Amino acid sequence: MAVDTQLPYDKEYVANYSGKRNEPDWFKDIRQKAVDLADDLPMPNPEKTRIKNWNFTDFEHDVSGADIKSFDELPEKIRVLLGDHVEERNLIVVRNNNIAYAKLSDELKEKGVIFEDIFTAMHEHGDLVQKYFMQDGVSVDENKLTARHAALMNSGIFLYVPKNVEIEEPIQVIFWQEDDHAALFNHVLLVADQHSQVTYVENYVSNNDETETVANIVSEVFALDGAKVSYGAVDNFAQGTTSYVNRRGHVERDATLEWALGQMNDGHTLSENVTNLVGDNSLSHAKAVSVGRGNQKQDFTANIRHWGQASEGYILQHGVMKDNSASIFNGIGKVENGATKANAEQESRVLMLSEGSRGDANPILLIDEDDVTAGHAASVGRVDPIQLFYLMSRGISQQEAERLVIHGFLAPVVREIPIETVQSQLREVIEGKVY
Amino acid sequence: MAGSTLEIKDLHVEIEGEEILKGVNLTIKGGEFHAVMGPNGTGKSTLASAVMGHPKYEITKGEIYLDGEDVLEMEVDERAQAGLFLAMQYPSEISGVTTSDFLRSSINSQREEGDEIPLMQFIKEMDSKLDTLEIDKNMAQRYLNEGFSGGEKKRNEILQLMMLQPAIAILDEIDSGLDIDALKVVSKGINEMRSENFGCLIITHYQRLLDYITPDHVHVMMQGRIVKSGGPELAHRLESEGYDWIKEELGIDDETVGQEA
Ligand SMILES: Nc1ncnc2c1ncn2[C@@H]1O[C@H](COP(=O)(O)OP(=O)(O)OP(=O)(O)O)[C@@H](O)[C@H]1O
Ligand SMILES: [Mg+2]
Repeated sequence: MAVDTQLPYDKEYVANYSGKRNEPDWFKDIRQKAVDLADDLPMPNPEKTRIKNWNFTDFEHDVSGADIKSFDELPEKIRVLLGDHVEERNLIVVRNNNIAYAKLSDELKEKGVIFEDIFTAMHEHGDLVQKYFMQDGVSVDENKLTARHAALMNSGIFLYVPKNVEIEEPIQVIFWQEDDHAALFNHVLLVADQHSQVTYVENYVSNNDETETVANIVSEVFALDGAKVSYGAVDNFAQGTTSYVNRRGHVERDATLEWALGQMNDGHTLSENVTNLVGDNSLSHAKAVSVGRGNQKQDFTANIRHWGQASEGYILQHGVMKDNSASIFNGIGKVENGATKANAEQESRVLMLSEGSRGDANPILLIDEDDVTAGHAASVGRVDPIQLFYLMSRGISQQEAERLVIHGFLAPVVREIPIETVQSQLREVIEGKVY
Repeated sequence: MAGSTLEIKDLHVEIEGEEILKGVNLTIKGGEFHAVMGPNGTGKSTLASAVMGHPKYEITKGEIYLDGEDVLEMEVDERAQAGLFLAMQYPSEISGVTTSDFLRSSINSQREEGDEIPLMQFIKEMDSKLDTLEIDKNMAQRYLNEGFSGGEKKRNEILQLMMLQPAIAILDEIDSGLDIDALKVVSKGINEMRSENFGCLIITHYQRLLDYITPDHVHVMMQGRIVKSGGPELAHRLESEGYDWIKEELGIDDETVGQEA
């Protein structure tokens, strides 16, 4: 089946949508231009994954979700992500693109921390949002899907941490697509001002095993001079959702950005995670784990670009492929001219559990500077039947043996994830995907 | 009932189309310790692996029964649950899975659901076995066999044996790579298992191990068959005289598999 790549949503629809929500002019303007760009620009073109037949157009754009009055009403799948002492946490739950629950402690409010719906922030903190929104991070005109993102954005979070403010407890957002056909065009804008510190954790959840829809997610993360940001995500869209995920980091002098990504979607997924190490002595770790199952196709790119001197970038990704799933893991380390003493390291490992699964790891180092260190390791292999024999010879069933091998294979990354809550969430979600 | 009985009858095994075992007959009963000896490449590990259900070995003829149950009909995990155990000559390394987690999964797999071993009881039992085998307690928290020395892997196999308490165990060259002290410790562990309810088949090249663990029966394998059986004195004779006298007695030129007498 050939899928139409043009959208049924035109300029008039988008203008109405903007008007209804009373959006500021600068943003209306971005949206209108984006509609044209979305028509003209090409789709992203991952080298080794055919996305031609993926669904990018069948979805419901304008939906809403009810407020959450009690956490008890949430499904189990969401509750496990929340853990204990929910009431005390700085947390937003987005339900069908609406903020259904939001809490930020008075203490953080007093310190000037902003944590709210991005559309609200456009009114209350318009200058800040406008300064960072799709400027130096992801551009509207990168491809058809980034343009479509700007045109149809229907959800988003703005998190701002002022200078020198250090937040200990993780700040969490749950994006829950309760409506099976609801599309999520979600934008996360995180700005950590100079010498601030924050841990942000996001979860994407849906249950549309049958009904098709799309998720188009852009995250822009700015770590200004000396800031420390830990960004954890567990993506867990159901089989019916086709996901485009674009997470972008901008790291200034002496700043650190740690990505901890659990790429656990059950549908087709195209994901790129690009970090620009702009400042001298900037540092980024991009750690990711994935489990593919069913017939899903996935394409992951982890890309760290070095501009700053003595900048350090480390990519670590492990993926397990089951059933008839296929995944490509691209690792790109790019050192620009002038980024002396930069260090670009990466490791990608793929384990295939079944005859029908496919996995590929492409390590790429692009270096335009002499005075650097760089390295890569990559492996793609099938589960060793002798290992399974060994485990089973102690009475463990084949399923349990595979489960142990999968957890074991992913453990070196999961264990390295700096955010405790993401570690335990991941273990839960992996557990759910293993069977 | 005093122990289990493992019966191997006229077992023929092929690997990649080549016949390795050519009719092995052997019965092991609870309370008995058997030793299997024989030159390299004569089919000892093949016998051990085939009994446990190694995926590469194809049984072309013969039968295996454990207390009358058809072992060849069972999956690998079912064989273990029925009471079989194999300490492997070359145990696999399993990255990311700790020895302790693995052991607990193994024990629980042999118990009813809802009747899992309580964590404290498990730790207590494991600690006491670790002591017996003089294994550093940290090893239980290391990934299974990963980076273990040859001797550590062997001790780990015996740790598993002692924790799982099978009815019939096959120990494939459990003594290779062990220093003298480790050999004594491992033998002590195996001897602790001795009871009416435990039968054991020990594959070894050396009398040294049999000095510590006295076998009731000794068998010699050549060309994929058991060619001679006897008591402990047979092992002593092999130690001092080698295999030539048996080959002469039986008219065998080349003892390895694939050569016909
Ligand atoms: N995976 C395999 N592929 C091909 N041939 C094999 C394989 N495994 C065993 N063989 C062959 O089967 C024969 C018997 O091997 P086996 O490992 O059973 O010998 P063994 O008696 O245990 O020897 P050792 O004393 O050296 O451990 C050998 O000739 C060996 O090369
Ligand atoms: Mg052998």
